[in-house]
Amino acid sequence: MTSENSVTSMPAEVNEALIRSLAPSVLGVLVRRGADFAAAEDALQEALIEAFRGWPADPPRDAKGWLTTVAWRKFLDASRAEAARRRREGRADEEPAPGPAPSVDDTLQLYFLCAHPSLTPSSAVALTLRAVGGLTTRQIAQAYLVPEATVAQRISRAKRTVSTARFDRPGDVATVLRVLYLVFNEGYSGDIDLAAEAIRLTRQLAAAIDHPEAAGLLALMLLHHARRAARTAPDGSLVPLAEQDRGRWDTAAIAEGIEILQAALARDRLGEYQAQAAIAALHADARTAAETDWPQIVEWYDELAALTDSPLVRLNRSVAVGEADGPRAGLAALAPLDGSLPRYAAVAAYLHEREGDVATAARLYTEAAAKAANLAERDHLTRQAARLNTRRRR
Amino acid sequence: MAKYLLLKHYRGAPAPVNNVPMDQWTPEEVSAHVQFMHDFAARLEKTGEYVDGQGLSPEGTFVRYDGEGRPPVTDGPFAETKDLIAGWMVIDVDSYERALELAGELSAAPGAGGKPIHEWLELRPFMAAPPVITE
Repeated sequence: MTSENSVTSMPAEVNEALIRSLAPSVLGVLVRRGADFAAAEDALQEALIEAFRGWPADPPRDAKGWLTTVAWRKFLDASRAEAARRRREGRADEEPAPGPAPSVDDTLQLYFLCAHPSLTPSSAVALTLRAVGGLTTRQIAQAYLVPEATVAQRISRAKRTVSTARFDRPGDVATVLRVLYLVFNEGYSGDIDLAAEAIRLTRQLAAAIDHPEAAGLLALMLLHHARRAARTAPDGSLVPLAEQDRGRWDTAAIAEGIEILQAALARDRLGEYQAQAAIAALHADARTAAETDWPQIVEWYDELAALTDSPLVRLNRSVAVGEADGPRAGLAALAPLDGSLPRYAAVAAYLHEREGDVATAARLYTEAAAKAANLAERDHLTRQAARLNTRRRR
Repeated sequence: MAKYLLLKHYRGAPAPVNNVPMDQWTPEEVSAHVQFMHDFAARLEKTGEYVDGQGLSPEGTFVRYDGEGRPPVTDGPFAETKDLIAGWMVIDVDSYERALELAGELSAAPGAGGKPIHEWLELRPFMAAPPVITE
């Protein structure tokens, strides 16, 4: 086979994944050579767009070398244009100082910078996806259904915000994990698979840093992603966990998630992502819904509640209590919680139906549907209400 | 990261504080109002929170299906409807509090006498994408 044949048979998405995986290290090289972060990131973005365009037809032999060379050239071009502009405006003396040379692992520092605590969540998400994930502004805009100009502004503001942050100081792992969790959990599935992207970035982070919660988050993502094919019916409607075809769960992802989780738990530094992953692992372990180890899931919710003190955790815990000790116990666990919590009515409806109070359950499902924050859940809850109301009319 | 609709009504919303119809303003007051709306949108574009903004004509028609092979039935204009939407802005913000803040600012658009209209705007959250992790 000639090299030309292998090139044309190479699928474009393989190329794109490769290109994107190089983004953080190329950015690191540029910053190490003295480019400031904001300018280096712009130059990298231009080089990436050129690579996305040109590589499928004409891939370079040394991918990283190519990207580094092109990005550096873009940076120099932009710097010269900027210097010329300053000279024209008589401000030649205001040359920016070269950026600090990063000492420790570039990729890790990049994560910290892009998830800097001074950034809003949406800014941190956009900057992380572009600078660490190597996505284009357009791809990010499509994934979040906002105009490209809006994302471009978000990113340039974010870069201005972090431009004063030190590039060589350890950051806050918790904020980085929070940003990656958001990428995984929120967003639309367009051309870019945000969940897969979040897993890739979390995997890269977990490899760069020795931290049980980074591993915990990776395990959590893998265990939930494993169920993805079973979560929705062909018509797009939600399939609840108990009704999912477990044969469609991704066993390789489950095995990997459980292995990563066990190694993390063995470190004996429990955190909320590890606890959440443990709950997901117990679901993944059950061959049928009936075999689910609910008492142990309740114990993990107790751990999680102790770690986070989140009312949403207590809400989910009441579902588990309802399965472990019966619906009456579940309703008792639900009673002290605030009725305005998201999904409170849905949980109450479920428990009341299990207890046999169909009229109350139907009313609560209707109420829950009106409060749903997304269409798939609203439609699911409406169907539940319709199912019970139809049964009551018979 | 949540989208909200800021809905402006021709009628149907409670009466604003500065309740003078636009055709009773001075031309300069009308221009100042239009400029305020442009500036508001431009500012949101800069902050990376702008998604969309559109105005709607008050003229419109009700349309409904009238059975196989028949042309749709039309009715209108909406003489008897209580609620008439004038336009909207869609924003993408980090919190409900931020959405409230922006809606409040938009409601302060200048009207008669150059004073804020204190217009009632309807703030409606968009349905989001379903989250992956729910238990």
